[in-house]
Amino acid sequence: MQTDPNGPNPKKSKDSPSNSANTESTQSPSPFPDEVLEKVLSFLNSDKDRSSVSLVCKDWYNAERWTRTKLFIGNCYSVSPEIVARRFTKIKSVTLKGKPRFSDFNLVPQNWGADVHYWLLMFANVYPFLEELRLKRMTISDESLELLATSFPGFRALSLMSCDGFSTDGLKAIATHCRSLTELDIQDVDMDDFCGGWLSCFPEDFGSLEVLNFATLDSEVNFDALERLVSQCKSLRVLKVNKTITLDQLQRLLLRAPQLMELGTGSFQQELLPGQFGDLGIAFSNCKNLRTLSGLWEVASIYFPVLYVACASLTFLNLNYTALRSDEFGSLLAHCPNLRRLWVLDTVEDKGLEAVGSSCPLLEELRVFPADPYDQHLRRGVTESGFVAVSRGCRKLHYVLYFCWQMTNAAVATIVQNCPNFTHFRLCIMNPGRPDYLTNEPMDEAFGAVVKNCTKLQRLSMSGLLTDLTFEYIGKYAKNLETLSVAFAGSSDRGMQCVLEGCPKLRKLEIRDCPFGNAALLSGLEKYETMRSLWMSSCNVTINACQRLAREMPRLNVEVMKDKESDDSRADKVYVYRSVAGPRRDAPPFVLTL
Amino acid sequence: MSFPEEHDYIGLTDSSSMENPSSSSIVSTESEKNSVLNLKETELRLGLPGSDFHEKKAGTGVSLFGKDLKDEVNNGFSQILLKNFVSGAKRVFSDAIDESGKWGFPLKGGSEVDMENCGSENTNTLQCSLAGPSGKEIGNSNPAKLVEDKKNENNSTAPASKAQLLGWPPIQSFRKNTLATTNLSKNNDDVEGKSGLGCLYVKVSMDGAPYLRKINLKTYCSYAELSSFLGKMFSCFTIGQYASHGLPGQEHLRENCLKNLLHGSEYVLTYEDKDGDWMLVGDVPWEMFTDSCKRLRIMKGSDATGLAPRAMQKCRNQS
Repeated sequence: MQTDPNGPNPKKSKDSPSNSANTESTQSPSPFPDEVLEKVLSFLNSDKDRSSVSLVCKDWYNAERWTRTKLFIGNCYSVSPEIVARRFTKIKSVTLKGKPRFSDFNLVPQNWGADVHYWLLMFANVYPFLEELRLKRMTISDESLELLATSFPGFRALSLMSCDGFSTDGLKAIATHCRSLTELDIQDVDMDDFCGGWLSCFPEDFGSLEVLNFATLDSEVNFDALERLVSQCKSLRVLKVNKTITLDQLQRLLLRAPQLMELGTGSFQQELLPGQFGDLGIAFSNCKNLRTLSGLWEVASIYFPVLYVACASLTFLNLNYTALRSDEFGSLLAHCPNLRRLWVLDTVEDKGLEAVGSSCPLLEELRVFPADPYDQHLRRGVTESGFVAVSRGCRKLHYVLYFCWQMTNAAVATIVQNCPNFTHFRLCIMNPGRPDYLTNEPMDEAFGAVVKNCTKLQRLSMSGLLTDLTFEYIGKYAKNLETLSVAFAGSSDRGMQCVLEGCPKLRKLEIRDCPFGNAALLSGLEKYETMRSLWMSSCNVTINACQRLAREMPRLNVEVMKDKESDDSRADKVYVYRSVAGPRRDAPPFVLTL
Repeated sequence: MSFPEEHDYIGLTDSSSMENPSSSSIVSTESEKNSVLNLKETELRLGLPGSDFHEKKAGTGVSLFGKDLKDEVNNGFSQILLKNFVSGAKRVFSDAIDESGKWGFPLKGGSEVDMENCGSENTNTLQCSLAGPSGKEIGNSNPAKLVEDKKNENNSTAPASKAQLLGWPPIQSFRKNTLATTNLSKNNDDVEGKSGLGCLYVKVSMDGAPYLRKINLKTYCSYAELSSFLGKMFSCFTIGQYASHGLPGQEHLRENCLKNLLHGSEYVLTYEDKDGDWMLVGDVPWEMFTDSCKRLRIMKGSDATGLAPRAMQKCRNQS
């Protein structure tokens, strides 16, 4: 969201045909009335387009801001609720993202911030017609959920991803008060699950849900209430239940909702009688629109055949909580020829990935998660050959997240030759700083090959033993790179400098445990204002350097968190982001704002 | 800039080991490294579940119920039951970490984790991110220290093999716990006896606290360790109470951690097991506890009365 340096115009009267009377406007009046301009602009949905439009001239800035209904804020601290309220008047949908991504890995202490409450207070005042709220990595309390539920009569969609701070009590408020709710999507949250009673709080005649995802919750819900809900919500297209839902319960739900497009099953392990097994198969076969399948916790693979009919039209199969062996995985995959996205646990091993290569020629996205990320001595899971096998069979692959214990430069070179269209390449060799295990060389050439071959690369996560050479490659070739994650890599400041100088589209840079110091940090003085944020932890940066950065770039917020045992000059965790709202006022004591 | 010492939760520093001489003594006095769980210890019977223990260890039994309870069983939530249970519960837990430093049940089947595992798994606390008492939050102090130490030792970016790094590999926290419970049930044919996955996160909530915490059960080898850690973690929430009662200041509180927490107030440590029942912590051998514990809750003693009938229920169902 760009801000207009002159500040927004005062509200104009809709009656005046043009605003040439406004002495602050541009020299030539607009060629058509504002109403027409606004009508035209109301068709614009993309934020990027709207940002561009708002920069054309004053008139367009105003027309845009009066017609914008969807607000996307990638960093909740880059702007303040007051500024937003002043600029936009008709917002109906808000997406807010809060904490730095490394908070997912416990690198950010609790109570760091990103509390949505203050935003909600503003929304309640200024946007009474708010319909949608999507939060990622924000803190939201039960009190906030209650405020949300009671302040917006037309509220329809709530999506909470990687959020924390609330409990099922808050969900009760949502279920009770939001009469037009179409979407309740809870994913990967850190919440207090007291009981499943929230589901029973939906009114008896409630029928508007289209999306219901409570897979992350632990408690059992009242099944009768759920069944009734599902049968009444005729437009339900996404249903993701939690582990407590058994197979026969699932079968009953499917019978009520054959129109489902996305299904998250519960536990897939209950002992079924032969009759029940057949019924389950029929229930699945009835779902002709199923495109996404997930859940499948605790799977008994003998039940897979019930899925085969549905698998034929699946485009997204999410098995990242299902510990399958390669053989059972292979026989399931044989029935999924149309997969575009696949998430899987590394228990399927290389053999399983070979099956991916042979069964799923249309595959575009693959994520392989480690079942056992901490036991280095077992070293099971997948290796470089699994990855190569997939690249051979799935030429359309462009998104990969791969956790493994070993990799070679040659393998990666082969992979990107087979699949030059990578937009997202995230490779995590789980033992930090490992060289190519065959040649013992650094993995520089691997990532060099990635950036040279994959010109469309937007996101890169690196691992393994890496010298400054990797960063030179990145700076030289990765011209479309927007997000870069680096850990335990680099030899000197030069590495970080190469990236800051060479990647024009860089927006997010997150670095941990690298030998980059003050010179590297300060080389990006001007660069950081063109980026969303920079994170540096456990590097060689001092507080003085951070202070200098803060002094010279007043439109950047420079926040430092110190570790207890480090000496006073060390800036252990640095978070730098651009902001038009100035330093944040809710920083906890352990966050030093410079 | 001063940092309160509550953050020595990692247990690597001297002060924590000084505060809990009992914990090391428990583990070290366990000469038998026999890993067979003595299931008889956990057999729940109608009547006096703790009677077995009474035989073995006079005076510091884990009985949940006073002798009177047998007569009161039929009254369900009667006042006497309540009082007995609460005092019984308190006795259990506080006995368990009494001056003798020993838990009230024989440790044969329990915490015979070998010292090495303990040592390395302590590093798993790196995964816990904590905030200290409000107003003095620091964040992950020691974990980074460990990382730095490793760096200094090795002069390279590759850390020592047994140590775990904070936030590495980059797996989201919720996944870690979900995987832990998923794999435990799936990998039956795998090499067990290895301590399973390196971490088992459970939420710890405390009645009246504004937010809850998450801890990694795998980092502890015994109840004493767990209790001392929890005591430090939650002491910030009870400081107010103690201050207003004129009890000794913060230092003293730190040392006595959970003992004070429970003796002076009316809190009990409970956990939710795999079946969804809320049980009192301390009943079963340590490994059995970590296998079945889904979450922890420090609840007010008055709320803990609900545990009594359910525990009885479990007895009946399992006998």
